[in-house]
Amino acid sequence: MDYSIKIGGEAGQGIQTIGDTLARVFSRAGYHVFTNQDYESRIRGGHNFFQIRFSEKPVTASRDKIDILVALDKESIEQHEKELSEYGQIIYDSATLKQQHEKSYFLDIPFVNLAVKHGGNKIMANTVATGAVLGMLGMELDILLDIIKVTFKKKGEDIIKANIDAAMAGHDHAVKECIKCSFSAAPISKPKMLIAGNDAIGLGAIASGCKFYAAYPMTPSTGIMEYVASKAKEYGIVIEQAEDEIAAINMALGASFAGVRAMTGSSGGGFALMVEGLSLSAMTETPIVIALAQRPGPATGFPTRTEQADLNFALYTAHGEFPRVIFTPGTPEQAFYLTNKAFDIAEKYQIPVIILTDQYLADSQWTFDNFDLSKIKYTDYRLRGDTFKNLKQYKRHAFTDSGISPLGVPGDAKHLVVTDSDEHDEEGHIAEDAETRIKMVNKRLFKKLPLIQKEIEPPLIYGHSNPEIVISGWGSTYGVMKEAVDELSANWDIAMLHFSEIYPFPPINKFNYLKVLKNAKMTICVENNATGQFAKLMKAETGYTFNTLINRFDGRPFTVEQLLGEINAIIR
Amino acid sequence: MPSLDDYKGQNPTWCPGCGNFSILKTFKDAMVELGIDPHQFTIVSGIGQAGKFPHYLKCNTFNGLHGRTLPVATGIRLSNHDMLVIAVAGDGDCYGEGGNHLMHAMRRNINVKLFVHDNQIYGLTKGQASPTSMEGMVTKNQPFGVLSAELNPMALAVALDCSFVARGFAGDTEHLNGLIKEAINHKGFTLVDVLQPCVTFNKVNTYEWYRQRVYHIEPEYNPKNRIEAFKKALEWGDRIPIGIIYKNNRPIFEERIQVIKDIPLVRQLFNVAKIEKTLKEFY
Repeated sequence: MDYSIKIGGEAGQGIQTIGDTLARVFSRAGYHVFTNQDYESRIRGGHNFFQIRFSEKPVTASRDKIDILVALDKESIEQHEKELSEYGQIIYDSATLKQQHEKSYFLDIPFVNLAVKHGGNKIMANTVATGAVLGMLGMELDILLDIIKVTFKKKGEDIIKANIDAAMAGHDHAVKECIKCSFSAAPISKPKMLIAGNDAIGLGAIASGCKFYAAYPMTPSTGIMEYVASKAKEYGIVIEQAEDEIAAINMALGASFAGVRAMTGSSGGGFALMVEGLSLSAMTETPIVIALAQRPGPATGFPTRTEQADLNFALYTAHGEFPRVIFTPGTPEQAFYLTNKAFDIAEKYQIPVIILTDQYLADSQWTFDNFDLSKIKYTDYRLRGDTFKNLKQYKRHAFTDSGISPLGVPGDAKHLVVTDSDEHDEEGHIAEDAETRIKMVNKRLFKKLPLIQKEIEPPLIYGHSNPEIVISGWGSTYGVMKEAVDELSANWDIAMLHFSEIYPFPPINKFNYLKVLKNAKMTICVENNATGQFAKLMKAETGYTFNTLINRFDGRPFTVEQLLGEINAIIR
Repeated sequence: MPSLDDYKGQNPTWCPGCGNFSILKTFKDAMVELGIDPHQFTIVSGIGQAGKFPHYLKCNTFNGLHGRTLPVATGIRLSNHDMLVIAVAGDGDCYGEGGNHLMHAMRRNINVKLFVHDNQIYGLTKGQASPTSMEGMVTKNQPFGVLSAELNPMALAVALDCSFVARGFAGDTEHLNGLIKEAINHKGFTLVDVLQPCVTFNKVNTYEWYRQRVYHIEPEYNPKNRIEAFKKALEWGDRIPIGIIYKNNRPIFEERIQVIKDIPLVRQLFNVAKIEKTLKEFY
């Protein structure tokens, strides 16, 4: 089985609540789940949808065909009726939509009436709809009822009971009336964890000992801040909504200078304001982690949609020459571990590290068996307390063999910690002479860079080990490329080459991916942008040119069918 | 106890006669008199002649970007509220490039001591108008004279209920010494605007010009009355008041953040094992 459910309606109708709840029910029932959201930049009205795919097999992208459409408005039917699968069903409330559909795949469920009758309030119409979907799937309600009990715990027993009654009413109605329903989805294994990209970055930051997060709200990065804020009290994290992104990055740098792990996050427009701060991090060798969640530009672009068009921006922005690291996770799991690696590397080498994601990964939920905390690295590279006090001599920017200078916590010792955005001497004071400049550039850039390069892991190869066809990409296209490889493997020797540690560009000594590319008959670079920025980076870094490109730049993510169609058009 | 020798820094590169010299000397004296050791505080500065200030004494230093002193200072205070954090900026730095940050630092009432070296001109870039340059002043970049009204930092600060608002004059070091100490001892965000002649580029607001105008605020003046403070803040021109214009007892930002109420953030320990519990919330 491999079912897709789409909940469509206006902003503010509760699409996300229904979607989140159903996704949680499926993940707890042991299914592999993938969800994604498509929303407009508005709080009320418009057309939004939440899509859930679940299966016994791993699922890592959305499909075009829908098995159950929950239509909360007329437009959902107009836009998505054509996406129904062979056995697909549409559920709707004719009283709310003020229209009746006679076609056999429509099922009229009085969400509002049942909510009023059984829950005592029309607000529970969404609970009715959630129960109805589970009824159509032939699932029991026990998991949903557990979720309701926890969700409404603070609201009291009466609200819990009303929601339970509403869920049961929806469930029973669907079981009785959905004669054509041929779905079957009983729980299959122990619960899986369900996590979105933004939450995974927030969790990764907390697990890395991040103590300070300053940012200015900007879609689609805000979810990271919201997650960290939700844990601020429990983990002792200072979270500050700055007056602008310039303040946000400077606050984070101040916090880092003072001795705590600090992070900021934004999307392209906000990151543009942070650029001067990025350069400041480099010159003062102050560690910082920056989450850059892309959305389509230029300027305000598509505020709530997805694109991979800020790779060049992340690579080349900020004045001066300095080392930076860019990670491009493809899944929430990779986002979790790479956020940890970002904190480690940022502090170890005293450099800025950028975690580059996009709206699609930020808002998509995936299931995993577990995140392994034993893989989390936490080394405190700062000089603190007695260790710092006992030093005979201290120079913040001392010349060392590795290029890494001691990072002291100001105030912990009599040694002064001095740093400067001007070129400076070993002590951190303004310097103007050429000799110091050359030594400092050597230290910051040429000495550190080879060490940083060694930390970078090669791309992941998935599929055939000696492929004829290679599809390659970075970041959020991981899931859809993986599924395309699965589909095409029956007929082709095909593999995916996915880059999640993109800069410094991975050397080939750990895994000679260039050989894989050169041995293939057809290599395709898949990117959610117009110009193929990664393909150009590959060419610049290695000299290798992909045979062809597949680009999508309409602000929407690739679906499995679309990508398969484009790959097939090339290889057949 | 620290001595003046402990505070000896690099030789300043300011022009001879620059008002910054007396601010530097007065600041060092005040720190010695307050018994504060160089490692016990951090100066955050920006860019401009004032931005070089921390290099010319001894202290922990973050000499950051133009206009961005206050966000950095805020980040340091939030991470370590045992650390005295002093921000030093010029009028262009703080009132121009960093104007937005000033407004919000005052709103937050972060316990940072801000000293603005206000010479009503851009010195480092050689004589362009600053936000406090007087209307009509002609410079190479303002050939028709300054057309914008001058910023009144004192009135702005009183309007935003800034916790401590004062003006000093680099030519009256005894008075300035007192202001520096009062600001450092005050709990809350403090703005001390120090009038400081630029002998090279500002030919209007000279030592003489200031000396003819500045007067010590009357001892009977009550700086806790905001309406009176606003009136005092509006005084500018023939008579320029120096001293404490306004102060209040607003609670400081750091104390209102639950997680750092007891222990500074930088001393709080981290244990990754705790995450196990949080992971369960995703099932």
